[in-house]
Amino acid sequence: MLKIIVCIKQVPDTAEVKLDPVTGTLIREGVPSIINPDDKAGLEAALRLKDSCGAHVTALSMGPPQAELALREALAMGADQAVLVTDRAFGGADTWATSSTLAAAIRKLGYDLIITGRQAIDGDTAQVGPQIAEHLGIANISYAEELTLIGDAVVVKRQYENRYHVLRAKLPCLITALSELNEPRYMTPGGIFEAFEQELSVFARADLDISDANIGLKGSPTRVVRSFTKQPKGKGQAVTLDPQESAQWLLERLEEKHILSSGK
Amino acid sequence: MQNYKGVAVFAEQVNGKISGVVYELLGKGKELAAVLETDVTAILLGSNIGSLAEKLAAYGADCVVVIDDPALGDYMTEPYARALTEAVNTYMPEVLLYGATAIGRDLAPRVSARVQTGLTADCTGLEIQPETNNLLMTRPAFGGNIMATIVCSEHRPQMATVRPGVMQKLAPEPGRVCVVEALAVDGLSAAQNVEILEVVDKIAARMDILDAKVLVSGGRGMGGPENFAMLEELAGVLGGTISASRASVDAGWQPKDRQVGQTGKTVRPNLYIACGISGAIQHLAGMEESEIIVAINKDASAPIFEVADFGLVGDALKIVPLLTRQIRERTAGQ
Repeated sequence: MLKIIVCIKQVPDTAEVKLDPVTGTLIREGVPSIINPDDKAGLEAALRLKDSCGAHVTALSMGPPQAELALREALAMGADQAVLVTDRAFGGADTWATSSTLAAAIRKLGYDLIITGRQAIDGDTAQVGPQIAEHLGIANISYAEELTLIGDAVVVKRQYENRYHVLRAKLPCLITALSELNEPRYMTPGGIFEAFEQELSVFARADLDISDANIGLKGSPTRVVRSFTKQPKGKGQAVTLDPQESAQWLLERLEEKHILSSGK
Repeated sequence: MQNYKGVAVFAEQVNGKISGVVYELLGKGKELAAVLETDVTAILLGSNIGSLAEKLAAYGADCVVVIDDPALGDYMTEPYARALTEAVNTYMPEVLLYGATAIGRDLAPRVSARVQTGLTADCTGLEIQPETNNLLMTRPAFGGNIMATIVCSEHRPQMATVRPGVMQKLAPEPGRVCVVEALAVDGLSAAQNVEILEVVDKIAARMDILDAKVLVSGGRGMGGPENFAMLEELAGVLGGTISASRASVDAGWQPKDRQVGQTGKTVRPNLYIACGISGAIQHLAGMEESEIIVAINKDASAPIFEVADFGLVGDALKIVPLLTRQIRERTAGQ
């Protein structure tokens, strides 16, 4: 049977996350967590393939123990299996170390098709999907707007700024899903009940065949040296001039702000 | 690590046209290179694209590395990743910048995993740290609520994708001298592991106001639906689209899907130009997070001026056409 792995990330429900002014760290308390929207669309896409042609769907998440909740939701939506990759040794990972860790977990599970979300709403990097594919040495198609399975290949409508490509890739491959891909289904009451009965697999450091050099803080080429909140802007400048001078004045201000050199 | 020298820019092109962000990367690249006392190299990938090198030179490239191969026609991840990796291994730049575009954000992570270096996404600020000469990469996260500065101190090249429209391009200098080098890379057609079945250019449908980088918005002060044509024109030269206040939607001048505000859409463009909009609280709630806000209104006491970076007290009907004309004059010939 077709083996699909969907990578999901648990993210805070709101973009209105605040920074603790004393410690400079994120205040996550009181912010409800959800499955990242692009990832949820990826999960839905996998479940539709399961409905239409049969597949075994595994939801995979790397994160702290509480990410279990996101995985339970995936099970309640219809995933067959859920795997949580969690260990202190994986902490502090940037996208490079995260993707190499997830790739090790995926290798252990076995796969035909991997679906990730395009990007997470907390980090917005869009890097982990293509990086997983690179670590596994398989093809990837990013920004999927439509996804169908034809024989042993996927056909994907791949979005660009002002055009799209219809691409075909043989399995195994990795797709990154846009939330436009579909409208994710709701959990069913029966599904929720079963999801909380089901056993969750946990992969810790010792369960993965991966070098220490490629995980956690140590395996991360990048690190954050400073984080800060954007200063709220006060009232700007206003002028009363004749129309010609007004236009001129504004253009000069916009040029100073680099607005008129924007990439079009 | 000391062997990595110079600043490089991935010169993205689509159908033989260089993406606008590339010129911005060159402008920023020049600035970084000046601090590092080095040069800027543009890495140009494509099929039959050699003639584009001149344009890259005019905008600041000191060297253009051209990988011209039939397998690099329409963008495909693997042949591009392979070709660019070869360029990185050959020229060993200490910094490599990409536009944070639908291509750059697919290609850069593949290359970063392949050459085992860090990558920072969607940067809006880049500078060189004085003591270390490391690249400080600043980017928004959590929907722009938090900014983070990131370094990649132990790996090279230091790679970043850069948000389009943020960095400044240089004034072009036609005929500027630069070195053009062709690099041949083997096995690119064999690397095509994805097949392109169809390429579809989207019909220029009206842009969704949520996607627009520039919004020119009209309110009651526009006087009537016929005057929105001048807003369309201004939006056109800025690469954006038009939106509207609740007053002008309620008056039937614009469709509901154009409405900005609490009962409409919340927008966050790089530039929001409010024309003849007084700035009721419910309107401000839908646009105050815009990067730059311009207000044009006859009433100097209108609340919109409280949130505007730049305010013009005057008649939008007179000022807008002049703005459009002056922008056209400035961008002509670029």
